[in-house]
Amino acid sequence: MSATAQQSFEQLVNALHDARQAEEQFTLGYSAEQSQFVRFNHAKVRQAGEVSQASAQLRLIRDGRQAEQQVTLSGDAELDPQRLREALEQLRQTLPLLAVDPYLRLDENPWRSHSLQQQALPELSEVLELLDREAGDLDLVGIYAAGPVCRGFASSYGAFGWHQANSFNFDWSLFHSNGQAVKANYAGQLWNATDFTARLRQAREQLGFLGRPAVTLKPGSYRAYLAPAAMDEIAGMLCWGGFSAQALATGNSALQRLYSGDARLSPLVSFAEQVSGSLSPAFSDEGSPRLDVPLIQHGQAVDRLVSARSAVEFELLANGADSHESPCALSLAPGTLAPEEILQRLGTGLYISNLWYLNYSDLPAARMTGLTRFATFWVEGGEIKGPVSTMRFDDSLYSLLGSQLEDLTREREMILSTSTYGQRSTGSSHLPGALVKGLTLTL
Amino acid sequence: MFDSSALLRQRFAALRSTAELFSLRHVKQSHQALSVRRNVAEPPFFSQDEGAMLTVRVQGVEAYAATADLSQQGLQRALEHAEALARQIARHSLLDLRDQPVTNARHDHVSPNFDRPLPTLADCLGLLAAESASVPKDSRLVDWQASLSQSLVEQTYLNSAGAELRHAQRFLFPGLGVTASDGQDSQSRSLGRDNFGQQGGFEIIERCGLVGAARRVADEALQLLMAPNTPSGQRDLLLMPDQMMLQIHESIGHPLEMDRILGDERNYAGTSFVKASDFGHLQYGSPLLNVTFDPTIAEELASYSYDDDGSQASKQFLIREGLLLRPLGGALSQYRSGLDGVANSRACGWNRAPIDRMANLNIEPGEQTLEQLIEGIEHGILMRTNRSWSIDDARNKFQFGCEWGQLIEDGELKGIVKNPNYRGISAQFWRNLAAVGDRSTFQVLGTPNCGKGEPNQVVRVGHAAPACVFRQIDVFGGDA
Repeated sequence: MSATAQQSFEQLVNALHDARQAEEQFTLGYSAEQSQFVRFNHAKVRQAGEVSQASAQLRLIRDGRQAEQQVTLSGDAELDPQRLREALEQLRQTLPLLAVDPYLRLDENPWRSHSLQQQALPELSEVLELLDREAGDLDLVGIYAAGPVCRGFASSYGAFGWHQANSFNFDWSLFHSNGQAVKANYAGQLWNATDFTARLRQAREQLGFLGRPAVTLKPGSYRAYLAPAAMDEIAGMLCWGGFSAQALATGNSALQRLYSGDARLSPLVSFAEQVSGSLSPAFSDEGSPRLDVPLIQHGQAVDRLVSARSAVEFELLANGADSHESPCALSLAPGTLAPEEILQRLGTGLYISNLWYLNYSDLPAARMTGLTRFATFWVEGGEIKGPVSTMRFDDSLYSLLGSQLEDLTREREMILSTSTYGQRSTGSSHLPGALVKGLTLTL
Repeated sequence: MFDSSALLRQRFAALRSTAELFSLRHVKQSHQALSVRRNVAEPPFFSQDEGAMLTVRVQGVEAYAATADLSQQGLQRALEHAEALARQIARHSLLDLRDQPVTNARHDHVSPNFDRPLPTLADCLGLLAAESASVPKDSRLVDWQASLSQSLVEQTYLNSAGAELRHAQRFLFPGLGVTASDGQDSQSRSLGRDNFGQQGGFEIIERCGLVGAARRVADEALQLLMAPNTPSGQRDLLLMPDQMMLQIHESIGHPLEMDRILGDERNYAGTSFVKASDFGHLQYGSPLLNVTFDPTIAEELASYSYDDDGSQASKQFLIREGLLLRPLGGALSQYRSGLDGVANSRACGWNRAPIDRMANLNIEPGEQTLEQLIEGIEHGILMRTNRSWSIDDARNKFQFGCEWGQLIEDGELKGIVKNPNYRGISAQFWRNLAAVGDRSTFQVLGTPNCGKGEPNQVVRVGHAAPACVFRQIDVFGGDA
């Protein structure tokens, strides 16, 4: 897939240039992957397969009108340009039916971007043997996803972006016989068997704590430490329109009171869209170079994610956001809490490794609910006493990351998205853990 | 319809394999999404997708390879990849499927009114623009959107045992949403969208009630903005069908999925509070609770004749008079568990393998009109239209929120309240089912957004339900 995928994309772009009429402009997005997907249950292979897929998304613009069509590509050098020409024709027939789009704005810069990361991935047999040796006696369940991922973008204005990377994402849980579980992940672009083995062994060690007698808590407010993976769930909720210019302008953002100045978070909180250094393509799905954008600094709103369309509609400056204005590489600045001090500083309270299934119970108030999942422990006097059964929380962000936030960890984790809806995600987040004085449990 | 069949048959017949069983599942989908937001048409979006999954069974071990290269060489290559993978994982495989029965059924299934043309693109946009334009001018109405999406799906399943199963389906999702805001608070009201989707033709738009609804929906958003918060405390809860669908989905559907019970989903979607030994024994709900897997309601989103593994679908009671009878488990889960299941092995497309999914999961109607349900409540609340959902990984502790709440006192509907939320525990909640609405309260609804599986999949699921009353539920409102 290495050189040929880019060549295939370039051939499609050339075909479009040839087919384009003088008054027409186009953009062409490209997405492809060759993936191994291996599911595990009880440390055995439950389901295994390979997926080879590619698609192109063509946007045609003429006389102030625009429409888009996505087509699946077969990999055939004659068939795929033909499919694009058919898509072009359908879009040509569609545009006259549309009114002039007042929010149409294109990035007309002929920018260039190229990133190619082709580190070798492990042979599947190597992964299976390693897993068998290190975890064959455990109740391991999860998925190994690996292979090259490509994203491309080109426009009739001469912009051209190519992003290709080999990557893997092994996401698993180890279950204790009592039903408690610990979650772990090993993901990146450079596979190292020693690192993978260390992760597995670390998770195995955590299983020991899960065998202690479970602690049952009543609803109430508890001191808590939220590990980076738990913070990732909270950050994920904020990505759900929180920073979006459109959502903020139309009452659909959970952060509208922060951005209007009616509420603020702790001065410890600084969020940014930190594309540089992440694994995401350097260009957006709309065809603009992505920018690093400070979103919240010292608890106060600074900037928002603005797509080209929102820029026109709300008279803002576009800043390289995707069309849905969601961060692809959200970063939260670190604090001062050292890893070895977490339990001691927590003292008595909850150590929460993961959260699950968050949603808003009152969106304008940024009040969210969700549950503990995987390795949540009750800690007394800085020592782990035992696992805590699943508990529901319901609390405001202005409390958790506002008045109740005591500190953030000095070390952060780079969390690579495990999402494979439609295709393997290139998103990530870079987050510390958080120590909070009070987390409200309700059920 | 089925234009690809002859060529697929020919290419499938020419495939060469040493596997004891192999199959091809070809899926061709087209999609169109139109919307008008704040009186401006969003750029129309179209998609065309086509590919195939080749699955093999080699000495009882199955593996797949999915490809969009449908040439003879492309299909053969995918088949060989799947075979090689099956051999590679053999020593590590969880399952030995040598004795699992294989279908040789042949059947065609077509959505109602599949061949009846829909209005033109221009007419659809005109309809949406008219609806958008009828939202009243009020500075507090800050966002509104009318939308219509449609999907055409043709699937052909062929296997080396002689099966040929085809279905052609058309799905429509009309929708309308309005947000009102005073700068501090925002309240939204919607119609359709992710709560309403059906198979068929333009009659779905009429059934949804989209045309002419904008003014009422906008007015309801404004009413919510001015309404007090939902009071906290225990009340009887009257759920209308567009919230019942979420309640069924999360606290009956997911917990009864057999692959969760078998542990496959423990790393992602989760497990279940239900155990395999509960089937035939567990009193899941009150005697008023009758839950069916029903692929026979033609317009419901997941009506089909055969599932994606080739099992014939038929209506089955999963829960009868409150007693748990059978899981949502397809042929493979039935083979693994020894339990009777249903034909619910489904994939979201050609690039994902079938797993246990919900399909049409319904609650059978009871005998009371809506008026009688309300009259039977002394201190309660009516809630409609889901807006928030959260439930634990065992599908037990839940908290759900709705757009619209209306208090009920002494058998009468009273004031409107905003931010209506409630929480409970699945294992207890359904035992509080106190009254079930009759067919006049029954609605066929569905959502395109049921996510599950590793790798992840989103499928369409149907939920038809009457209005239902639950006794003494913990309800509460928002912060402001």
